[in-house]
Amino acid sequence: MSAADVVEPSAPLSRRARKWRLGRERALTGLTVAGLFLAWLLSTHYGLVNPLFLPSPAAVWTAFVRTATEGYQGSLLHEHLLASLGRVLTGYVLACAIGIPLGIVMGLSRDVKAVFDPVIEFYRPLPPLALYTLIVMWLGIGDTSKVALLFLAALPPLTISSMQAAAGVDPRFVKAARSLGAGKAQLFRHVFLPACLPGICTGMRISLGFTYTVLVAAEIVAATAGLGWMIWDASKFLISDVVIMGLFVLALTGVALDFAIRRCERALTPWRFR
Amino acid sequence: MNWTSLRGPKLEVPAMPGPMAARAHLAPAQDRGRLAIQDLSIAYGEGAGRRTVVERFSLDVAPGEFVCVLGPSGCGKSTVLNVVAGFVPPSRGRVMVDGEPITAPGADRGMVFQQATLFPWKSVLDNVAFGPLMTTGSSSTAEQTARTFLSLVGLAAFEKNYPMELSGGMQQRVGIARALANYPRVLLMDEPFGALDAQTRAMMQEALLNIWAEFRTTVLFITHDIEEAIFLGDRVVVMGASPGRIVADIPVDIPRPRSPEDHFSDAFVRIKRECFELIRAETMKAFEQQSGMAARAAG
Ligand SMILES: Nc1ncnc2c1ncn2[C@@H]1O[C@H](COP(=O)(O)OP(=O)(O)OP(=O)(O)O)[C@@H](O)[C@H]1O
Ligand SMILES: [Mg+2]
Repeated sequence: MSAADVVEPSAPLSRRARKWRLGRERALTGLTVAGLFLAWLLSTHYGLVNPLFLPSPAAVWTAFVRTATEGYQGSLLHEHLLASLGRVLTGYVLACAIGIPLGIVMGLSRDVKAVFDPVIEFYRPLPPLALYTLIVMWLGIGDTSKVALLFLAALPPLTISSMQAAAGVDPRFVKAARSLGAGKAQLFRHVFLPACLPGICTGMRISLGFTYTVLVAAEIVAATAGLGWMIWDASKFLISDVVIMGLFVLALTGVALDFAIRRCERALTPWRFR
Repeated sequence: MNWTSLRGPKLEVPAMPGPMAARAHLAPAQDRGRLAIQDLSIAYGEGAGRRTVVERFSLDVAPGEFVCVLGPSGCGKSTVLNVVAGFVPPSRGRVMVDGEPITAPGADRGMVFQQATLFPWKSVLDNVAFGPLMTTGSSSTAEQTARTFLSLVGLAAFEKNYPMELSGGMQQRVGIARALANYPRVLLMDEPFGALDAQTRAMMQEALLNIWAEFRTTVLFITHDIEEAIFLGDRVVVMGASPGRIVADIPVDIPRPRSPEDHFSDAFVRIKRECFELIRAETMKAFEQQSGMAARAAG
């Protein structure tokens, strides 16, 4: 094989080649989804699995329609969804509002880092449920403790990535800006902040994903609505069609959230997407 | 790329807003941009590790003059420039621009670096507008100034692009426009074309001379390319190493405007030989010193 035959992974593909490749990838993805669905359909249709553990697609769809129109345990599906999203987003937005500025300051000042770093590094590896027991003891079983847990889950990825981004700003940019007459405040606004944004955005994505996975844990205790609670509650009574339907809604909502945050990333750092 | 546009009709460079208004190219600043480096010494490190990098460096640059500083690698060229820029405090001596001693970085001294340090998050226009925005605070004035200087470097068509979308040579021209947009008294350039390929570098040298002909500002240009120094400069200051100091100050008596043909003129070849021998001698001296130190360390 000559050197010319080796396709470099970074070699830019022609427009047509790229289109074809994208088409092939989409086709493979589609095939996988269709294959899994078919396996599900057939195995339930021919009674290969106990419907108590794996209900048929039709049953799950019925559960979806029923929950959306009549509700589950007194709340309609979209009410469950909104209750969950409300908690996740409250905790997440609070964590962003505090964690990002805190991380930036930690990246710029070693003293501030020395104060906050041990606290965050200590609780970060704790399993969310273990942490939750303590939070419930302190804050009670209401919504406050749930939002607090989600807040704590969201915080570390935000502070750590903001801290690293702020500490990693190329000093040549700072030098250039100062010789162009930028003062401290201008330096922060025009150089530090935009230079940190890509790192912060990555942290925001990781954080949102993680917060979302903690949701079920937060809703297990004493909730009356919420997707996580609905799934938990249904599982106690082996209502497996509602469980699977709930998982689908959780997954699709998660994908939608990730999509939304990617959109935000594009809007915030447009120079990286040219 | 449209290089010829640089040699087009003269561009109107608008007056700088505020008290320092100057019709730069119409009335080459005769009173503005005098750089005086007096008895400058710079040392790095503390205690036993303290090392004098530059010793007793004195240089006077007249307003509108183009001075090239040439020297072997590590002789302290960038260090001198960083003192003039205000990033490094001198251990001895002083640096003055128009009689005012330098204490901190400032918009009156524009800098162009080896790698174009354009802000990737700003468009080409916003990069060039950055300096004027910092100094005037008005974004409309800043954008207007930026457009003028982008035309001056022949890149008006790229104002909406991001720096990453430009070639290395184009980025460096934006870097020059960005530094000039503040109407600096002195333009400080640290091997600005060092990272470019030979052809692009030759083009950039011509482009820079055209820009400078239009917008006469004092230039302190650092390079270790002998031909570049002679082709661009009114004077070539040759530095020696360890410690860095001036070993020769050679006037370049080649008339302007210069063309690439000048590389083969008698005056050019003569100065080139002179510089070559000076630098060779300095490099040898530094090398012997180093091996002497190594031998002593071993013995
Ligand atoms: N911040 C610093 N701390 C300590 N020593 C330094 C520092 N910056 C530069 N030096 C030393 O000062 C000397 C001169 O460095 P300088 O960068 O000015 O050289 P130069 O002439 O620009 O070299 P080059 O042509 O390679 O760019 C070198 O020996 C270098 O090791
Ligand atoms: Mg240097």
